Amino acid sequence: MRLRTVLHRRFHDEHGTAFVYVTPSAAILALDGLAGQLVAGFDVPDGVDDADFVAQHADPAEARRALGDLVDLGVIRPVDEVRPPAAQLPPMPFPLATLVLNVTNKCNLSCTYCYEYGADKIATPAAPGEKRVSRMTEDTARQSIDFLLRSSAERPQVSITFFGGETLLNFPAIRAAVDYAEQQAKAVRKRVHYSLTTNATLLTDEVIDFLTTHRFGITISIDGDAGEQDRHRVWKSGAGSFADMEPRIRKLIATNKERKGRPIGARVTVTRGAKSVIDTYRFLTGDLGFDEVGFAPVTAGPDRTWALGDQGYENLLAEFSTLAEDYVAAAAAGRAHGFANLGDLLRELHQGIHKAHPCGAGLGLLGVSTEGELGLCHRFVESKDHALGSVRKGLDEGKRTAFLEQAHVDHKTDCRVCFAKPLCAGGCYHEAHVRYGDATRANLHYCEWIRGFVDLGLKTYARILRANPKFFARYESS
Amino acid sequence: MKHILPLNQKARRLWAMVAQSRQQAVALTQDPPPTEYPFGCTTIFAPGWEVDSSGGTNGLCQPIERDLYDCYHTCYWPAQVPDGVTNAPSWTASCGAPMNDWKSIDLVFP
Repeated sequence: MRLRTVLHRRFHDEHGTAFVYVTPSAAILALDGLAGQLVAGFDVPDGVDDADFVAQHADPAEARRALGDLVDLGVIRPVDEVRPPAAQLPPMPFPLATLVLNVTNKCNLSCTYCYEYGADKIATPAAPGEKRVSRMTEDTARQSIDFLLRSSAERPQVSITFFGGETLLNFPAIRAAVDYAEQQAKAVRKRVHYSLTTNATLLTDEVIDFLTTHRFGITISIDGDAGEQDRHRVWKSGAGSFADMEPRIRKLIATNKERKGRPIGARVTVTRGAKSVIDTYRFLTGDLGFDEVGFAPVTAGPDRTWALGDQGYENLLAEFSTLAEDYVAAAAAGRAHGFANLGDLLRELHQGIHKAHPCGAGLGLLGVSTEGELGLCHRFVESKDHALGSVRKGLDEGKRTAFLEQAHVDHKTDCRVCFAKPLCAGGCYHEAHVRYGDATRANLHYCEWIRGFVDLGLKTYARILRANPKFFARYESS
Repeated sequence: MKHILPLNQKARRLWAMVAQSRQQAVALTQDPPPTEYPFGCTTIFAPGWEVDSSGGTNGLCQPIERDLYDCYHTCYWPAQVPDGVTNAPSWTASCGAPMNDWKSIDLVFP
């Protein structure tokens, strides 16, 4: 019978041990010399006859045994094996877990790269005479909570994320939503988790007290030290915003530590010409005291001056791998490390996450516009083309299912040959919309970068397992 | 599995599944194990000492020697009397009618 190694990625650690990441199952295996030979030997497009291969081996009995194990584990399979039918959607309507409330679409900053206001905005322009609501009313916030609780089926916990614009420009809606959610969730015996993203310019003592009291998961958009922050994150006057936000961030982090709140994260938008992520990471964790830092390459059309070119992605990867050294050292000592991009990837690798869709948008997560309209996520809520109903009238299940079917990774032809598809599944819908005008397309412009990053994750995973085998137990679910 | 080490959670689950299915495959090639009949306390339903199994009082322990047999044969109180299932199957062999000759039942020394 002709057998062939399935889609996979082989890699080695610094001691020469061979590993394989098996794409169809997302399993990670360590291989000894013989198993490594088999995985490589059968990695031929037309396959290899198993009897011939085994007969030519120095130890046929042992080779046969190892081959049997690899076949049973799904690493090497018959060439003409009939593939199982493409994965279907989970039973719909899929219960909601998270609602992202765009409490305002106004912002007090004028960041040059913003996708919300700049040339890459997705929002449908208001028709002549049409009046748009720029701040979510407290009523709409409460109706959103009702919608989430009634759409979450048996889930014991739901999450509400507040977003903007600048989220804190509409603090009254946040307060009203939280008060109402506390009361309603108690009645239906569910727990509610709150989170919020802010630019930190409006963090008053009152706001800090409220957020830490309700154990918010807080993410602050900040690009680094004064030099970095003030390049793009500016006031309408063009002046940088660092000096205004810094003392507020310090106050928030100190109060949160005192009250043993959830980790506070920094979200850094990486643009062309940015300082190295290592310096930025050290500044944000060491100097300002953030618990976690996540780096996101700017979402932008390719012609924008701030967009990362190929070289920019390559540099970013090199810097990520330097920062990964820090991560390994911390993990070896049993400490958590705040490099969020890598931490998330390692968790997914350890659990063997296998995604049919790149994220939960439209599945367990929806965005709500200031007017109460539903969208795939917060980035899509102002776009009429992607509207999915409203918190008052309910979710348009037909449209939701149709989108999810079309956006399934099996429909992204380019992804079929990619070993990293269980983790990427084609990438961000909004990014694809900005680049190609179609949210269901694969983001081909950063494939190399994703594969490079997953490679880094795999190598780091193997190194940490050797240095501290118990480190990943924290990510295990039953 | 001498040549491969499953590392992540998914790989470990997959291997557990493979190992289990191999065991099942072996079991199918063997003679079927002897059928095991339930025996002892699991086969009866005794509602307690207030009513008997028909809901009345006629079947209760009258005479009291009957109590001994309920405990012994069915393991009802296996700690208080020798158990008739494994350790003392012939404990009452010398005693045909316990109402008359219960005295002939001897002690059991484990």
